[in-house]
Amino acid sequence: MPAKTKFELKPGLATREAFGKALAALGKVNPNVVVLDADLSKSTYTAEFGKAFPDRFFECGIAEANMVGIGAGLASVGKIPFASSFSVFLLNKGFEQLRVTAALPNVNLKIVGTHSGISIGEDGPSQMSVEDLSLACSLPGFTVMSPADEVATMALVKRAADVFGPMFIRTGRLKMPVIYAADQAFEIGKAIQLIDGADVTLIATGLMVAECIRAAETLEAEGISARVIDMHTIKPLDRDAITRAAKETGALVVAEEHLMDGGLGVRVAQVVGETHPTVMEFVGINNTYAESATPDQLLDKYGLRAVNVVAAARRALSRKR
Amino acid sequence: MQTTSNVAELAALCKSMRREVIEMITDAKSGHPGGSLSAVEIVVTLFMDVMRHDPANPKWKDRDHFILSKGHCCPILYAVMAECGYCPKDQLNTLRKLGSIYQGHPDVRFLPALEATTGSLGQGLSLAIGMGLAARLDKSPSRTFVVLGDGEIQEGQIWEAAMFGGFHKVDNVVAIVDSNRIQLDGFVKDIMDESPLAEKWSSFNWHVIELDGHDIGALQKAFAEAAAMKGQPTVIIAHTVKGKGVSFMENNPKYHGTAPTVEEEARALAELA
Repeated sequence: MPAKTKFELKPGLATREAFGKALAALGKVNPNVVVLDADLSKSTYTAEFGKAFPDRFFECGIAEANMVGIGAGLASVGKIPFASSFSVFLLNKGFEQLRVTAALPNVNLKIVGTHSGISIGEDGPSQMSVEDLSLACSLPGFTVMSPADEVATMALVKRAADVFGPMFIRTGRLKMPVIYAADQAFEIGKAIQLIDGADVTLIATGLMVAECIRAAETLEAEGISARVIDMHTIKPLDRDAITRAAKETGALVVAEEHLMDGGLGVRVAQVVGETHPTVMEFVGINNTYAESATPDQLLDKYGLRAVNVVAAARRALSRKR
Repeated sequence: MQTTSNVAELAALCKSMRREVIEMITDAKSGHPGGSLSAVEIVVTLFMDVMRHDPANPKWKDRDHFILSKGHCCPILYAVMAECGYCPKDQLNTLRKLGSIYQGHPDVRFLPALEATTGSLGQGLSLAIGMGLAARLDKSPSRTFVVLGDGEIQEGQIWEAAMFGGFHKVDNVVAIVDSNRIQLDGFVKDIMDESPLAEKWSSFNWHVIELDGHDIGALQKAFAEAAAMKGQPTVIIAHTVKGKGVSFMENNPKYHGTAPTVEEEARALAELA
């Protein structure tokens, strides 16, 4: 099993910035990759691609629905478009277009949302995407990914260009600790077990993966052996990894920076409900919108910290037969 | 596929396509005859004369594209595509029935020769512009034609796309507004008046042509003018008659979305004989 010292969690890039770098690198090797943005390219980091490949970069202005439609048109004749905006605008303003012009005809459109979750901080709830995973997962045929660090983001963006089909990749504004070695392999739909454990499994995605690693360390100090799984792909879910964790550890905690309605937690519950009913606890945003504050203050207030995961793990263990 | 630029031949084909539309929708017992009949000359002129396409090679890279953004009027598209040889004529009467390739609104999953899945109004112009941008990048002669309803253009996305198309000079896209003046709830002028329509498109930097949408010669001339237009996309505002060709359907909002009865079918076919 990987030694826990592997997780020094050194400071790294925001996943949005890693996305921008991955995109610019893709532009060099794949002439079919085109990029669309809706007046946020400095924030989504698509500007780097735009600067390097101006002919293949389309500034759509503040009009996300049209951007998604144009992206779908480009995809339907063989381009590999990446359309980017804040997750909240991409999924909410573009949803009907994603449904009818991307999901229904199953075109090769990639959408990448930045500024996901509440960790954007001061801009407040109108800019915070807390339902994007739920919305994206409700699109038949969509692949939905939520990388935890820069290494995962760069690898999954690259994979997205290689694999046909509509996809959503969720990235964030905050700088994230580096979890993975640069040569870590990623496969869409295949979860990564970061720490093995026997008593409880912590299943996390995005920003909550690092929190779960910290939580596992705290639990270990209490004599509790926690498995940690990075569920970087929300759809299709790695049912085998979930079922194995349910059978082998008998208790699951699912942690996500997302509403508890319709996100990773309920999807994991659906799997174990079918394969191996198991005690579960959930860490997420509970039926509310957040507010303006610093990211740290918000993650504390809305319960998205290692300490919340630890508490959930204890609850799960107390209910475990 | 037998193409022709002969106006009399195209007009004869239009009449036969109108018969197909009436028969399909009557068999289906539901559908949208009015807007299918208003668009007949537009669709026939494009597929039979203007567009560069090949039913034997439907995904030919440099083909022209056609998008029926007002997807509810798909009976006319299906009839013309079947006439071209893209799909079987003898299945047109399966429209809207379980397992049919002729879905109630165009769906590429069932009929891959379609260029787009449509039906939720307001989305086809964005798709057309995406296809136009791809052709420009590839230095392809491919052009994209998209038919919009005059009711449909009340959707905001149309004007997002119009702004983009004009600003980015997507001159390989031609939009045709089938201006039949009627939408589901009544006359467009009473539901949400769009006048002055030509000025609206013109102010979004589109080249505007207005014509009688049942005048095949005028349509041919307009499509040639659009092809020569550089630096601006073209919109053709085609003034049409909803239900054109069937006296009791013409200008009657009832036939936006009501199928003819078998008795009405007989009267309609007699008029289209």
